[in-house]
Amino acid sequence: MDDDRVFKALADPTRRHLLDRLFERDGRTLTELESQVNMTRIGAMKHLRLLEEAGLVVTRRSGREKLHFLNPVPIRLIHDRWIDKYTERRVSALADLKNQLEETA
Amino acid sequence: MSTTITAQTVQVYTVFIKASPEQIWDAITKPEFTSRYFHGSVVDSTFEPGSPYRSYSPDRSQLWVDGVVEEADPPTRLRHTWRALYNEETAQEEFSRVTWEIEPDGAVCKLTVVHDQLEGSPKTAASVSGAGWMLVLSGLKTLLETGEPLS
Repeated sequence: MDDDRVFKALADPTRRHLLDRLFERDGRTLTELESQVNMTRIGAMKHLRLLEEAGLVVTRRSGREKLHFLNPVPIRLIHDRWIDKYTERRVSALADLKNQLEETA
Repeated sequence: MSTTITAQTVQVYTVFIKASPEQIWDAITKPEFTSRYFHGSVVDSTFEPGSPYRSYSPDRSQLWVDGVVEEADPPTRLRHTWRALYNEETAQEEFSRVTWEIEPDGAVCKLTVVHDQLEGSPKTAASVSGAGWMLVLSGLKTLLETGEPLS
């Protein structure tokens, strides 16, 4: 929802590590994820909560288990807002240069 | 570094949208909206349980997605089956299932898409993961919030 929350969530290596593990395979429980980060349960929970608040992780109940899923949509929105804008200008500058060079050739 | 990732048989995507549940429902169920964010596709369904859920190419010459509406509770919940016919390989696979959930959350709404029952359709799972649903949902958000499709 908030760009600030997404940037803050991504600004931590443990949280990026958790996202990479979920990218490999998501739908995982806290217990599975905890073993991936070599961290106490409370520490892992705290990181997962921040990721969830930023919308990067979504949890769903499946029977008695709470499963964690990677949600890449906020990263796409950051890309649309912060990356596309700048790369587009560079691409069009290169296209302009190409046109100029070809015209004078 | 390259890692082979097998696409998940349950995929969950969410996005927060500054719009009412009714506006989001319309964006999912009306062809004049889907054609502007859903790869140009034209949705065609009465959205009554048991009725077909179909999605066509922009000129309506090809059926891209075929399915059946399983649940419809406007404007908060829609569930339909899904077979992707836009690709020869996915067209041979089994039906999977898509559930749309719309929950008001203060001034915004949380839209969740769950694409599951993908066990019998690994090619479809790979096709909709990654950029697939992500592009559709970011496009839907942009369209509803700005009135313009993503460029």
